[in-house]
Amino acid sequence: MLAFLVSAIRLGMTFLFGSTGETITEKSGHLNLGIPGVMCVGASCGCFAEYLYLTAAKNSANYFLAVLIPIIATLLGGAIMGLIFSFLTVTLRANQNVTGLAMTTFGVGISDYMIAETGSIYSRGSRYFTMSLPFADDLGWFGEIFFSHGILIYLAIVIALVTSFVLSKTRIGLNLRAVGENPATADAAGINVSLYRYAATCTGCAIAGLGGLSFIMDYLNGNWEYCIDEIGWLTIALVIFTVWKPDFAILGSVIFGALYIASSYITGVSFASKEIFKMLPYVVTIVVLIFTSIRNKKENQPPAHLGLSYFREER
Amino acid sequence: MKKMNFHIVKRDQVSWKYSFLIRALAILASLLVSAVVITLLTQKNPIAIYSSMIKGAFGSSLRIWSLVQNIAVLLCISLAVTPAFKMKFWNCGAEGQVLVGGLATVSVMMFLGDSLPYPALVAVMILASVLAGIIWAVIPAFFKAMWNTNETLFTLMMNYVAIQLVAFFLKYFVKSGSGVLTPMPEYGLPVIFNQPYLLNIITVAVLTAVVYVYLKKTKQGYEISVVGESENTARYIGINVRKVIVRTLVVSGALCGIAGLILVGGTNHTISTTTAGGRGFTAIMVSWLAKFNPIYMILTSFLIVFLEKGAGQVSTDFRLPSAISDIVTGIILFFIIGCEFFLQYKILISKNGKEND
Repeated sequence: MLAFLVSAIRLGMTFLFGSTGETITEKSGHLNLGIPGVMCVGASCGCFAEYLYLTAAKNSANYFLAVLIPIIATLLGGAIMGLIFSFLTVTLRANQNVTGLAMTTFGVGISDYMIAETGSIYSRGSRYFTMSLPFADDLGWFGEIFFSHGILIYLAIVIALVTSFVLSKTRIGLNLRAVGENPATADAAGINVSLYRYAATCTGCAIAGLGGLSFIMDYLNGNWEYCIDEIGWLTIALVIFTVWKPDFAILGSVIFGALYIASSYITGVSFASKEIFKMLPYVVTIVVLIFTSIRNKKENQPPAHLGLSYFREER
Repeated sequence: MKKMNFHIVKRDQVSWKYSFLIRALAILASLLVSAVVITLLTQKNPIAIYSSMIKGAFGSSLRIWSLVQNIAVLLCISLAVTPAFKMKFWNCGAEGQVLVGGLATVSVMMFLGDSLPYPALVAVMILASVLAGIIWAVIPAFFKAMWNTNETLFTLMMNYVAIQLVAFFLKYFVKSGSGVLTPMPEYGLPVIFNQPYLLNIITVAVLTAVVYVYLKKTKQGYEISVVGESENTARYIGINVRKVIVRTLVVSGALCGIAGLILVGGTNHTISTTTAGGRGFTAIMVSWLAKFNPIYMILTSFLIVFLEKGAGQVSTDFRLPSAISDIVTGIILFFIIGCEFFLQYKILISKNGKEND
């Protein structure tokens, strides 16, 4: 049971990165279906940077650099993907769904290439990410649940809390939400819609990229054997599940993580029914989607202009 | 210094030559960028790689058949998503709709293959696959019509429910427990003129014509366009928007079901979770790049399938990971998506323009 909870948290935090990133993006009115691709690219950049650093540093690798370098590389990789997305959808006014899917194709290609070419060289780097706090073992189950994780897990929570604060309590957050709800009004109020959309998408993609890094370096212990695009789609589901609130997402992501791995922890279930269990996160998301739309409560809705482009000339 | 002012104006009509030129330039540019990326990643000569792509797609009659067959399947799914897209209903669930269509087909083949006479079996297969596709598409459509539930996200989730359903089916009904279903060609769709793919290709060719006429020449096609342009206008002129949404998704789902039938009954004679193979998503791009015109879709689906097939050859010729194809496809898509801007808008630059805003 304890092992189950710990792994649910570990996996959940991967989702949390993705969903926080996608929430920021969606609040600006961008439905970025390229998140799976972004996570793939982020992970590729981060893992490869880690590999380069460890090769260069040989035995004198330093913990902070070994963690910091991949994180920065991942952020950059994600942000570049965000930049491509924003350039195509904001500046060149392309359709968001199509652009997002093209990004997913691209990102999956990059990560499959990395897997085929570099495969299993990342387990050494992953040790830096799974290193837990020193006093975790002294605190029994409490320590196991709260302190036994690697650095990225805590980073995910911090980012989610900060995002939640920024979105709901600051001027920037208010403007961002205005852009997503009604860009024409926001524009009239003097908010630079394009700038906000660019910034939100790039920030969101950078954060989502960390999800990819965390999945490979932390959850898979560096054994990168399969493509992680499925995780990306789950994070899009998680955004809906948590009704666009990053602070809910902390709990929501643990629930998702638990649902995702439940099938391998539950005993007495046939091999076949486990596949039905894996359906749960998606079914739950559909139910949430239906309920929020039927109840039609204002604060639980998707941003009104989600997926729609805004061109000043076409008002 | 004078301030450069520019503004962006929508074009009315683009000449055939101009649009061809822009697209050709975009593809050229994307090939250049891909060449740079390929060279950086692999240190191989990009021209050799491109010529191997052409060989991979057209190298032998078998390859050409497989190319056309793949175009047919992708085209069929693209046709399926198009009516929904014209209505601005973002059906991202083609993947799932195709899979359940295939699942229905394979179930009929497995459980009724022995007991039904062959013509009846084929009829039941068609019926089952179409029905399954319709059910999968109408569920999100119903909620969209009644409560405006976000259809992009809903259909996206339905994909994974379908994938897990197939996974469950494979684990539960395959006796050996391997999770791989042995192909059952004896219960497949009929083979005409000794060409296993010919029937699929003819079916899709007919469907292309039908969808073209349906969208351009019928009242229902017109209603779809009106709802897509403006729901309020549609309501104002007395179109029952809810009915149109559900009806269009019935069409969309039925076509996806047929794609599933073609894939399972006419091609693989078995099913796996990757039978649809991402085509449900690729189809969205095919349809959009063709401006929702079924005739242009033949071209765009050709482009995508050519890239996939060619890149497959590249990876065997040069011992490269097959993922190269996805990377190149992605880059080319970015460019094609981007170039649409220059077809729809023009940039007016006024050098000594006054500061108006």
